Amino acid sequence: MSFLDLKNVTKIYPNGTKAVHETSLSVDEGEFMVFVGPSGCGKSTLLRMVAGLEDITEGDINLDGKLINEVDPSERDVAMVFQNYALYPHMNVYNNLAYGLKNRGIDKETIEQKVNDAAKLLQISDYLQRKPSMLSGGQRQRVAMGRAIVRNPKIFLFDEPLSNLDAKLRIQMRLEIKKLQQKVGVTSIFVTHDQVEAMTLADRLAVINNGIIEQLGTPIEIYDNPKSLFVAGFIGSPQMNFLDGNIKNKTLSAEGFEIKDIDSDFEGEVKLGIRPEHLSQSENSLINLKVDLVEQLGSDNLVYGQLKNKKDFCYRCPGNLTIEKGADLSLNIENNKYYIFDKSTGKRVN
Amino acid sequence: MTRFITSSFSHLILLIGILIMVVPVWMIFASSTHTSSMINMNGLQMFLGDSFYENYLRVLLYQGGFFKEITALKMFFNSFIMATGVAILSVVTSLMAAYALVYYRIKYATLLFWIIFITILVPLELRIFPTYSVMAELNLVNSYFGLIVPISASAIATLFFRQFYKTVPDELLESAKLDGANTWRFFVDFLIPLSKTMIVAMLIFMFVFGYNQYLWPLLVTTSEQYWTVVMGLKMMSGSIVHRFAFVMMSMVPPILIIIVLQKYFIKGVFQDK
Repeated sequence: MSFLDLKNVTKIYPNGTKAVHETSLSVDEGEFMVFVGPSGCGKSTLLRMVAGLEDITEGDINLDGKLINEVDPSERDVAMVFQNYALYPHMNVYNNLAYGLKNRGIDKETIEQKVNDAAKLLQISDYLQRKPSMLSGGQRQRVAMGRAIVRNPKIFLFDEPLSNLDAKLRIQMRLEIKKLQQKVGVTSIFVTHDQVEAMTLADRLAVINNGIIEQLGTPIEIYDNPKSLFVAGFIGSPQMNFLDGNIKNKTLSAEGFEIKDIDSDFEGEVKLGIRPEHLSQSENSLINLKVDLVEQLGSDNLVYGQLKNKKDFCYRCPGNLTIEKGADLSLNIENNKYYIFDKSTGKRVN
Repeated sequence: MTRFITSSFSHLILLIGILIMVVPVWMIFASSTHTSSMINMNGLQMFLGDSFYENYLRVLLYQGGFFKEITALKMFFNSFIMATGVAILSVVTSLMAAYALVYYRIKYATLLFWIIFITILVPLELRIFPTYSVMAELNLVNSYFGLIVPISASAIATLFFRQFYKTVPDELLESAKLDGANTWRFFVDFLIPLSKTMIVAMLIFMFVFGYNQYLWPLLVTTSEQYWTVVMGLKMMSGSIVHRFAFVMMSMVPPILIIIVLQKYFIKGVFQDK
């Protein structure tokens, strides 16, 4: 049994909404697990069930070999960082960090020691006497993490903690969270709707949609080998291009071109997925793109345009290529990196 | 120039308003420092006389009432006990009532709240006989307890605290729970400190409310020992200057309370952080 074990966990709200469907998942000790999915997919509900803030309708949750379904949140020894930090507004930073320890009846010297250590680790030692209202967004974020660290819990739970920060700070805090987690080595679950955050932070990633884990794996596995249409579209930026197509006798006819000898026995209506970064310009082209717009990011160019049938399409090329608006490009798929999904079920078929 | 005229005009109106409110009070105060023969002959006075100490001291220590058992000093003491008791008890009960209504999973909590709220529409006078008979059966007539308890459930204070608790984000409760706080600790460590200014505002409000009670103390006390200041205003006999002096003194406690706690009162009522 692993450190955290979810077995057929289901959440049905009193109004009948099924937020989480029989979900099973294991998290190893020290692992950084990320739940990613669009808003309303049930990822936060799943996290809150681990924290004990939501009742579990069905199924079991085991933490460190102990069934915790009925254990009160205060007894679970988990720490959570909330989206709006939920700092205690009437207490200074020191007391914010110390509060959980005080409730555990730890003596004063030990508390002081622990708070000071955590403050040092997070570089908030100078603000210990300040109230949360006197701190900036990044500092509040650090205090919220300090409050989690100081208790030395069995597991950290992060509920979209970076979404209230501006873009630059978000990237910086993302790095700090990852570093911190590696330094402290505590098992962590991080919930986000941002796939870049998910990819960069995760040891393993659970892509959740409509209360179901669509795919579980390392970020690279999921990026390279998406098992469903949803995962393929959700992970990767800019989004994967999807074209309608049809397979007959191992030949895929998509909109305006054909791919022969595909590695699939599937026959029928499909969606063909091609990532913008898996394309290159070449003579014997497969795809003809009429350029509408070029976004120059410096290192890369994102080229947006239309295929012959007016279908929107995106191509990512190195930043040193100059592409004019209105140009006609002939593109080829690099190394046969394309994905085929059953149109009716969304499952991968190649 | 037109601005000068309009602003002078509005100031003039304000000044007149102030005079209308202040002059009668001042006249009573000025008159209370004269001898009664002076007032009887010349009417109310606008300027101070020289009998201030004499009049006020006599009023404070004079044995009043039918049985000469009560002094003004004792009335102030009674009023203070009653007002403080009402203030503290009503704030404590409404804090707890609001906490239960907002944070406990009570079925029909909203309905319950509105039932509590409707009691604002039911004045004390309407329930005064049943309340009296309860107090009489409990043998609480002629006691401080009997003076305080029946008017110490405040729907208004419950409303204020409930509305405030509803603005406290849920994450705070959840975070506190994960930090090991139980229901009682959340109440004491979070809600009470966070509603500090509002508590002070309600204490003042309920103190003045308790201090101003007239009909209830009149009914529930038959012994002169328990007379309050507001009852005394009616019962007071003696010469006109002494009554004036007593009226002046009766205004002091609420004014003092407001001056001392004004800062919190304004903050609390207007929900400023």
